[in-house]
Amino acid sequence: MLYSPIQPMHIPDGFLSTLVSVVLWIISAAAVAYALRRVSRDLGERQVPLMGVLAAAIFAGQMLNFSVAGGTSGHLLGAAIATILLGPWAAVIVMTTVVSVQALIFQDGGLLALGANLFNMAVIGVTVSYFVYISIQKLARGKSWGIFVGGALAAWLSIVIASLACALELALSGTSPANIAVPAMGGVHMLIGLGEAAITVSALAFLYAARRDLFHIAEAPPKGSRSIWAGGLVIAALLAVLSPLASAHPDGLEWVAEQKGFLDAARGPFYNIIPDYVFPGISNEAFATIVAGIVGVIIVFGVSLGVAYMRRTRKT
Amino acid sequence: MHIHFLDPYRPLVSPIHSLDSRAKFVLTIAFILTVSLTPIAAWPVYILLFAVILSVEILSGLGVWFVLKRASLALPFVLAALPVLFTIHGQTLFTVPLGSRVFTASVEGLERFVSIALKSWLSVQAAIVLSACTPFPELLQAMRAVGIPRLLVGMFGLMWRYLFVLVDEALRMMTARAARSGVEEGAVRKVGGSLAWRARVTGGMAGSLFLRGFERSDRIYTAMLSRGYDGEVRSMLLPPFGSRNWFVLIYGLAFLGFLLLFGILFFG
Repeated sequence: MLYSPIQPMHIPDGFLSTLVSVVLWIISAAAVAYALRRVSRDLGERQVPLMGVLAAAIFAGQMLNFSVAGGTSGHLLGAAIATILLGPWAAVIVMTTVVSVQALIFQDGGLLALGANLFNMAVIGVTVSYFVYISIQKLARGKSWGIFVGGALAAWLSIVIASLACALELALSGTSPANIAVPAMGGVHMLIGLGEAAITVSALAFLYAARRDLFHIAEAPPKGSRSIWAGGLVIAALLAVLSPLASAHPDGLEWVAEQKGFLDAARGPFYNIIPDYVFPGISNEAFATIVAGIVGVIIVFGVSLGVAYMRRTRKT
Repeated sequence: MHIHFLDPYRPLVSPIHSLDSRAKFVLTIAFILTVSLTPIAAWPVYILLFAVILSVEILSGLGVWFVLKRASLALPFVLAALPVLFTIHGQTLFTVPLGSRVFTASVEGLERFVSIALKSWLSVQAAIVLSACTPFPELLQAMRAVGIPRLLVGMFGLMWRYLFVLVDEALRMMTARAARSGVEEGAVRKVGGSLAWRARVTGGMAGSLFLRGFERSDRIYTAMLSRGYDGEVRSMLLPPFGSRNWFVLIYGLAFLGFLLLFGILFFG
């Protein structure tokens, strides 16, 4: 039994353009910094052990799985359950810890792409969960079904909305066209979300029977939670409307890409200091590329052999 | 239990292992950033970047095979980029008739797809080398040095410390579940209950794990308090950053900068 890190929502490095990665890094860093301040104020000195151990619990919980069909299995991501039990700010921090350690240690998601992964799983996952859960709670007026229906919908929708964000980021980066990425990611995660919802509800049922006192978020919402509720509503609505739109009219995103193309064109003269450059002494461009490739391969083997040789002499 | 398989650190003696974690951390990020900024289809630059990471792998004594095997784990995501093969218009490479529609693959699409796959593959190797050559506490030091909030670094550290404990708990639960679930030899009828039942059992395990985490964090907090914890995350002073580390860091950054300039000038 091994930790299998293949989770379709953890974007590895190389799939997002630098611009998209950096912008999402800035947004996530700001959100995490603010959440950290809020958690410090609400929890005080208890926060470090509580957040650290619960992040470890979520991580370990992601290893629990059950077989579904055809060799696939359902397992937990945890944003919804963390939000319901800890409240939105603490959940952002817990998910940030989980996703960051996964990227750093297990290469589950890239380091440059970490900003985007944090944005999808910690920021969007938590705000959407919070919005759905609190809304259902209000409808249920304190009846216990609100916890379970709210938990199930929060788990399912947070997964689906986060996957739509993921698909749009890939589309904006020019990695995967929106009209393919959105239905594919969204479709797969509508199924994965069912597994998440089933585990979340069962876990909530267990906790409701064992420790009812943990469910107090809805009764005493932390200060500033209205803005998260509104944020969740806006994100969910925006992505639910934007994604099908983007996938029906990929030209829209193409237009954005074109704007980026304009940027590249504007940058062009600076980089084209040496116009029509070809490898020294060779006039055919394709041939020059091939020569450059061969030179590169020779350098690779030269360097590798040299390093290996140095190591061998060092050992003896 | 034998949970150490989770820790990717390989204790070896090598120049890469002995390099300061701050230098390794910054150089890894710089490498991944360079890979990301390198233009599409700048093959010679990719080859040079591969030479860099390959040399580091050999120097580190991890074994190239070890790194390449781990790097292949991230490859399935490449599927997400496959459609660009057909959606980018350009010189026709080949066509795939599928029902009434015909998909045309273009040379430009292929270039983009291969570039994305290579970039991802190069980046993940750098991250693997970093985590295999640096003990986690030193990584935490590096994170603190580059300005990640002390509180967050403290939580990362605590998570790492209890990760093994809680993963052990999870594995014990799974062992217990397997022990409870009898399987008939040559079973004729379906075993294992319905899907909903299996999900409920797993959910109960997750809830139980969460609860144990809660209670453990309480005990840890009390233990910390009794040792004089006052809410401040204290950590040891960072060790001095020697001249060798400065040399490697500056030389490494300059080399990556040179590669990036080369890529942008000639292939941008």
